Amino acid sequence: MYSLPIVAEAMLNGLLTGAVYALIALGLTLVYGVLHIINFAHGAFLTCAMFAVWLANTFLGLDPYLAILPLTLIFFAIGYAVQRFVIGPASHGDDGNILLITLGLSIVIENALLAGFRSDTRSLMTDYSFNVFEVGPLLISQARLFGFLGAVVVTGLLWLLLAATDTGKAIRAVAKEKLGARLVGINVSHVFAVTFGIGCATLAIAACLLMPTFYVNPRVGGAFVLVAFTIVVLGGMGSITGALIGGLFIGVVESLCGLFLGESLGQIGIFIIFILVLLFRPTGLFGARA
Amino acid sequence: MLEISGLRAGYGEVEVLRGIDIAVHSGEIVAVLGSNGVGKTTLNHVLSGVLTPRAGSITFEGRSLMGAASTAIVEAGLIHVPEGRKIFPNMNVRENLELGSYRRAKNNRARNLERVFETFPRLRERMGQAAGTLSGGEQQMVAIGRGMMAEPRLLILDEPSLGLSPLLVEEMFTLIRKLNADGMPIMLVEQNVVQSLEIAQRAYIIENGIVTMAGTAESIASDPELKRAYLGL
Ligand SMILES: Nc1ncnc2c1ncn2[C@@H]1O[C@H](COP(=O)(O)OP(=O)(O)O)[C@@H](O)[C@H]1O
Ligand SMILES: [Mg+2]
Repeated sequence: MYSLPIVAEAMLNGLLTGAVYALIALGLTLVYGVLHIINFAHGAFLTCAMFAVWLANTFLGLDPYLAILPLTLIFFAIGYAVQRFVIGPASHGDDGNILLITLGLSIVIENALLAGFRSDTRSLMTDYSFNVFEVGPLLISQARLFGFLGAVVVTGLLWLLLAATDTGKAIRAVAKEKLGARLVGINVSHVFAVTFGIGCATLAIAACLLMPTFYVNPRVGGAFVLVAFTIVVLGGMGSITGALIGGLFIGVVESLCGLFLGESLGQIGIFIIFILVLLFRPTGLFGARA
Repeated sequence: MLEISGLRAGYGEVEVLRGIDIAVHSGEIVAVLGSNGVGKTTLNHVLSGVLTPRAGSITFEGRSLMGAASTAIVEAGLIHVPEGRKIFPNMNVRENLELGSYRRAKNNRARNLERVFETFPRLRERMGQAAGTLSGGEQQMVAIGRGMMAEPRLLILDEPSLGLSPLLVEEMFTLIRKLNADGMPIMLVEQNVVQSLEIAQRAYIIENGIVTMAGTAESIASDPELKRAYLGL
């Protein structure tokens, strides 16, 4: 058996990783809650964002934490434009079409990245990647702590946006009652695009928080999105709080499974949970409706 | 202030509105009456830019709204309280009302909110409650209150009495008369012929996508043909 500090450290690390998972799940669950589609291109956008962080660091010398602001804006704009000018017009209002379009988009992006970067794995050269804080007997990775704090702050800001601004209220209105929204003068296509843009923007932030300790290759986003999808199902499709709590929980499960079953089996626990949730509570822990 | 002429619209192959002529002047309550399925809601959807018209013209305060976007129509002050309320069930009463001023009269939001609460004291009590959990009558109040928040130049009400108890229906018609007495022109779209004719100045009867009868409320109410068709007399 492992000593208490080792288990505690594994749990703590799980929480830290889980917060970034939650951030990735946030965009997925928001887009699902409002547009009622699963964005199959979510992983591909995350990969793009991670490459963008790597490129900005390698060629412009831009620190990943300083890249947060510009990349958030750029990815919001990309997401907005993709929804407003590609997915929206091409879907003709049919959700089945949207699924196919996002799937197609992910294939195109992944192959473009493969053509541009081959399948090589790359990582950043920051001098703080391995810095740690000592808290009593525990060692905490500085970059992971920043990731955790960043993810929690972004979740809080998003919650505030949805609760307290007109734009946020319009997003929530469109999620449940499109005709009513149009009749108060809300531009539904615009709100869809803003929502999709926010989803991409959160991916850019996640990429900036991940890259100091992680690597990127053209397929890396897929693995994260599989985990994020589990979180969305666990937390309840469309629930922001569900995504945060689900993310933290999944992070801990992965970390403990890694400790007890071995690093390569860490994700098994996640998928067992995924299946259990689907079997016994398909609306998720925080999902109000089927 | 609203002139509709020769308006045609439909869904796919089906033509529902086959040349509608209706006018609403400022200060009036105009009733647009007809039984289920004659195209009343379709007309309202065209007027609010949700459905694209095929032919004819819509002029609102001298401006053509033919094929205009719903955002521009709301901005112009033509506000539509839809059939079935279409309020935001996941949001509380206050948020529903606030969104009524999303596109128009945003600067007067606080004042108009107060005005809605004075009109519907019940809504003040229920301010923080999710709108989806309200009773049918209260939901209709939210829908009308949300419309009032935009300071309508003309208010279209689509079957405001639908699904309400007789007592609440009576209350609803009294309220509509009061809103109008306070200066708001109203186009009242209803199946409830008797009570609508009591409060309207003029009325139109729609059958099968065309206007078959038009005139003052009294003249229509005393028309033998109408009595036979709608009142079973
Ligand atoms: N979205 C739609 N698609 C196809 N047909 C519709 C649609 N909405 C209404 N209709 C048809 O149009 C006709 C008029 O409907 P509607 O305007 O709702 O009538 P009313 O409001 O007078 O009861 C009906 O025959 C109805 O079946
Ligand atoms: Mg109707």
